[in-house]
Amino acid sequence: MNLRVAARLAGRELRGGLAGFRILLACIVLGVAAIAAVGTIRTSIEAGLSEKGAELLGGDAEIGLTYRFASEEERAWMDSRAEAVSEIVDFRSLAVAGDDRALTQVKAVDATYPLLGAVGLDPAMPLEAALNGQGGIPGAVMAPALIARLALETGDTIRLGTQDFVLMAALVDEPDGAAAGFALGPRTLVRTGDLQASSLLREGTLFSTRYRLDLPQDASLAALETEAKSSLGTSGIEWRDARAGAPGISEFVDRLGAFLILVGLSGLAVGGVGISSAVRSYLARKTATIATLRTLGADRGTVLATYFLQIGVIGGLGLLLGVLLGAGVPVALGPVIEARLPVPASFAFYARPMIEAVIYGTLAVLIFTLAPLSRIENIRAASLFRDGGAGARRLPRWTMLALITGLVAVLLAVAAAFSGNLRLTLWSAGGIIGALALLWLAAWAVQGLARVMRPMARGRPALGWALAAIGGPGSTAVPAMLSLGLGLTVLAAVGQIDGTLRGAITGNLPDRAPSFFFVDLQADQMDGFRKMTDGDPAVTRVDSAPMLRGVITAINGQDAVEVAGDHWVVQGDRGITYAAKADGTVTSGEWWPEDYDGPPQISFAAEEALEMGLKIGDEITVNVLGRDIIATITSLRDVDFSTAGIGFIMVMNPAALEAAPHSVIATVYAEDGAEARILREVSTAYPNVTGIAVRDAIDRVAQLLKGLAAATSWGASATLLTGFLVLIGAAAADQNARIFEAAVLKTLGASRARILTSLAMRAVLLGAAAGVVAIGAGALGGWAVSHYVLEIEYNILWTSALVIICGGILVTLLTALAFAMRPLAARPAQVLRARE
Amino acid sequence: MSSPIVSLKNTGLTLRSGAGAVEILKGISLDVNEGEALALVGPSGSGKSSLLMLMGGLERATTGQVSALGQDLGTLGEDALARLRRGNMGVVFQSFHLIPTLTALENVAVPLELAGARNALDRAAEQLEAVGLAERARHYPSQMSGGEQQRTALARATAPRPRLILADEPTGNLDSATGAAIIDLLFDLSAQHGATLVLVTHDPALAERCDRTVTLQDGRVA
Repeated sequence: MNLRVAARLAGRELRGGLAGFRILLACIVLGVAAIAAVGTIRTSIEAGLSEKGAELLGGDAEIGLTYRFASEEERAWMDSRAEAVSEIVDFRSLAVAGDDRALTQVKAVDATYPLLGAVGLDPAMPLEAALNGQGGIPGAVMAPALIARLALETGDTIRLGTQDFVLMAALVDEPDGAAAGFALGPRTLVRTGDLQASSLLREGTLFSTRYRLDLPQDASLAALETEAKSSLGTSGIEWRDARAGAPGISEFVDRLGAFLILVGLSGLAVGGVGISSAVRSYLARKTATIATLRTLGADRGTVLATYFLQIGVIGGLGLLLGVLLGAGVPVALGPVIEARLPVPASFAFYARPMIEAVIYGTLAVLIFTLAPLSRIENIRAASLFRDGGAGARRLPRWTMLALITGLVAVLLAVAAAFSGNLRLTLWSAGGIIGALALLWLAAWAVQGLARVMRPMARGRPALGWALAAIGGPGSTAVPAMLSLGLGLTVLAAVGQIDGTLRGAITGNLPDRAPSFFFVDLQADQMDGFRKMTDGDPAVTRVDSAPMLRGVITAINGQDAVEVAGDHWVVQGDRGITYAAKADGTVTSGEWWPEDYDGPPQISFAAEEALEMGLKIGDEITVNVLGRDIIATITSLRDVDFSTAGIGFIMVMNPAALEAAPHSVIATVYAEDGAEARILREVSTAYPNVTGIAVRDAIDRVAQLLKGLAAATSWGASATLLTGFLVLIGAAAADQNARIFEAAVLKTLGASRARILTSLAMRAVLLGAAAGVVAIGAGALGGWAVSHYVLEIEYNILWTSALVIICGGILVTLLTALAFAMRPLAARPAQVLRARE
Repeated sequence: MSSPIVSLKNTGLTLRSGAGAVEILKGISLDVNEGEALALVGPSGSGKSSLLMLMGGLERATTGQVSALGQDLGTLGEDALARLRRGNMGVVFQSFHLIPTLTALENVAVPLELAGARNALDRAAEQLEAVGLAERARHYPSQMSGGEQQRTALARATAPRPRLILADEPTGNLDSATGAAIIDLLFDLSAQHGATLVLVTHDPALAERCDRTVTLQDGRVA
C-alpha cells in the first residue's frame, strides 16, 4: 500500500466538491448533533445544579427530620456550628376559600427564611411584609396555579386548618423550590408562628422539618456531615448539603440524559444505514475509476486507502459540524431553554459531551463505512469491460468482519461506560439491533410479497409498476424500511409504553382505588369520622390504620444503606403502622398473639424483603420520632401497592408503637358524584384533616409521565428526522432510475397522472409496511417493558399504532411526491437519447 | 396511393444547451405513407434520431408542423401525445430501454395494459413466444443478453399491433448475426401487422430492404 499516493489521489477526487457526499454528511452531522445536544443540555443542567447547589438547597447544609421539630440538643448542635439557622416546616393541607378547597403543600418558615436567594412575589413586596398580613390577619403567599384554582385575588381570605390567612401575593419565585421534589399540591407559604392556632401541627400529624444552616466560609461540608451523622445520626436525621443541592433532580437528569443518549444512538444507527448506502452508491459511481486505477497498477491497499481517506475527510467534517451544531444550538438557545426548565442550567460549550459525541460518531462512521468500503477489494480491472457490480454482493473478508464486530463491541462498552448502566445499554443495543434485523427481514418479505402479488395487479398498471419497483431489481425497499422503520419503531415503543403506563394508573385504578386518602386524623376524631362516613349512603367502604413514619437505620446492627444498597425502602422515611391481628396476607412466619407486649416484632412486605435480602429472624432498627425501635422480623406479608389503597411495608405489634404520638390514615371509597360533598363535609368537621383526592394525585403523576414521554419522543423524533434524511438520500439516489422509467412509460403511452399514481402507490405501500413493522416491533418492546419492568398488563394501543402507520405513509409519500417532479417533467427524447 | 400516416411540413428543431442553441433539423418536409417501410439514413449528427422522435411526439418541433395518425402533434399536450402513442405506435431504441424492475413478460405487457387490454399478460406471452423468448419471460433485463433485450423491446413495440413502428438503429448495440436476426424479426412483425415502419440506420444494405430511403445531411433532407 502506498499511503502517499493514496492521499494524493484522494485529494484530487475531493476537488470535485461535496456534491456526492451531501446525504453522507447530513447523516453524520444529524446523528452526532443529536447526541452532542442531549449531552450538552444534561451537562448544562448538572452544572447549573452544582453552581446553585446552596441556593437550591436554601442553605449550605440541611438537616431534615420527619414529623417532629429538632430537640433542644439538636438545635444547640446546629446553632453552635452555623452562623444562622432557618427552620422550615413542610406538610400537605387543604386550602379553603369559601366553599372551595384545594390540596396545597404548605411551607411554614421563620424570620430568617430564605437564608440564600430571594422570594419573588407578585405584586412585588418583601416576604416579611407579605407574611405580616393585614387587618390583624396573618399573610400567606400562594403559587399562581393555586390562586387560579381557587379563583382568588390578593386581599381574599383563605383558611388552613382553623386559621385564616389573607392572600397577599402570588409566589412567582421560590429559590429553594426545585429541590423540594414531587409535590401533590401547589405551594402556600406562611409563617410557622401563625400556625399555632391552626390545629395543623399537632403531635402525630404528618409534617417534616428542615433546618437550613448558613455555615462559616471555611466549614468543611464533608467533615460536618460525618460529625452530624455520628452526633445526631441515631435520631433519624437526613443530611443534605450544597455539594448536591438537589440530589433527586441531579440523579433524574443524569438518568434521563443517559436514556436519551441511548435513544440518540438509534438515530446514529439509522444515520449509519444512510452512511452505508451513501458510501455504497458513491463507490458504485466510482467503479470505472477504481477499475482504471487497478489497470494502472494500484494495489488493493492503495485503492482502499484512497477511498477510506476520502470518507475519513468527509466523516471528520461531519463530526466537526455535528458537534458544533449539537453543542452550539443549546448554547445559542440557552436563555429560551432555561426559561422552560424548572431547574437552573448553565449553558456553555462543555468538553465532555462533545468528546462523547465525537467518540460515538467516529465509531458509527467506521462501523457503517468499513463494510461497503471493503467491497472495493472485489472490484477488478476486468470490471471496465464487464459488469462492475458482479462481485459487489460478496461478504467482506473475515478480517474486516472481525474488525467491524470489534468496533461494535467497543461502541457498546463506551455506551455502557458513558451511561453508567450496562443493563440499559445492552437492552437498548439489543433493541436497536433486533429492530434493524426485523426491519431487514421485513423488507425482504415485502419484496417477496410484492413479487407474488404482481400478477394480481392485472388491469391496474400503476399498481403493477409499483409492486414491480418494490419487488424487482434496484428496489429501495431495504433502505426505505430500515431508515424510516427504526425511527417509527422507537416512537411506537415510546407511545405504547407511555400509553400503557398512563392507562394503568389513570384508567384501571378508579375501579378499585379509593376516592380519598384522609391524613392527620386524630385518634379522638375517629369515632365521629367513622359515624359520618359509615352513615353516608354514597360511601361504599372505609379503611383506616394508625400512621407513623420512620427511617430504617440499621439491619442486624449494620448500617441499612450498606446492607440494602440503594433500595427505595431505605431511602428516606417510610410509613409504619401497628395491628393486633393479621389480615390474611401473611405468606410466611408467624403473626404475634393479639395481646403480645414483649420485645418489638415486625411483619415486613414479602417482595421488598426479598429484594433487600431480608428474612425472618432479622433485626430491623427503625427510628420513629427520634427514638430507635429494634424489632425482629417474625412474618412476611403480601402487599399490593397497585390498588392505591392502604399498604404498609412495615407493621409492628401494637405495644411497640401505640404509645408514640401518631395520627390515623383513612381511605374512603365513594361514588363519583359524591366526592366533592364528602371532602367538604369532612374538612369542615375536621379542619386539621387533609383530604387527598386520589384522582388529582393520579393526574399529577400522569402529567409527570407525559413530560417524560415527551422528552423521549423528542429523542425519537431526532431518529425519525435522520431516517427521513436517509429516505431522501435513497430517493435522490433512485431519482435517475425513476426519470428513466417515466420516460420509457411515457413513450409507451402512460400519462403523467398514471406515473404519479404509481410513484405514490409504491411510497404508500413501503410507508405502510414500515409502519406496520414498526408497530410490531414497538408493541413487542412495549410488551417487554410493561411485562418485565413495569409489571403491568399490556394492551396494544390502536390509536397510537394508527398514528405511526399514517406517519410512515405520510413521510414516504411526501418524499416520493417531492422526488416525482423531475420524472414527471422528464422529456422522453432527451432522457432516452442521453442513454444511447 | 395511400394517405400519409406521418406528415412533416417545413419542420425545424432547435435544442438549447449550456453551449447555446443548436439547430438540429431545418425545414424538413416529408410524408410517410401508411403501410410503407421508410429508411432514414445519413451520417452521425445529421438529425435522423431527432426526426424519428418528432414523428413519435417524443420531441416537439420548434417550427413547422408535424402530424401523425391524423393528429397535429403540435396542438397536443404531453398526456394527449402519450394517449396517441398508446396502442398506435411502437418505438424501438438502440439501447433497448426496457424497464429494469419489470420482467421480460411484464415489459411487453406494459403498452397492452396501458391500452386497457384485458388479456395483456397472455398476449404479451404470445408476443414473447413470437420473438423466441418464451423461456425468458420471467427474467429481468439485467439477466438477459443484448440480443434478448432487443427482442423483448421488439415484442413490446409490436404487441399492441401498432399502425406505426419507429425504430432507432435497433441493431446498433448488437453483433452482426444477432442484428440480422432482429431486423428479420422487425420486418416480419411489421409485415404481419401491416404496420408502417420508419427505420433509422447507418447500414445501406438495411436501407435497401425498405420501400423508400430518405437521406439527411446537416439537418436537411438531402
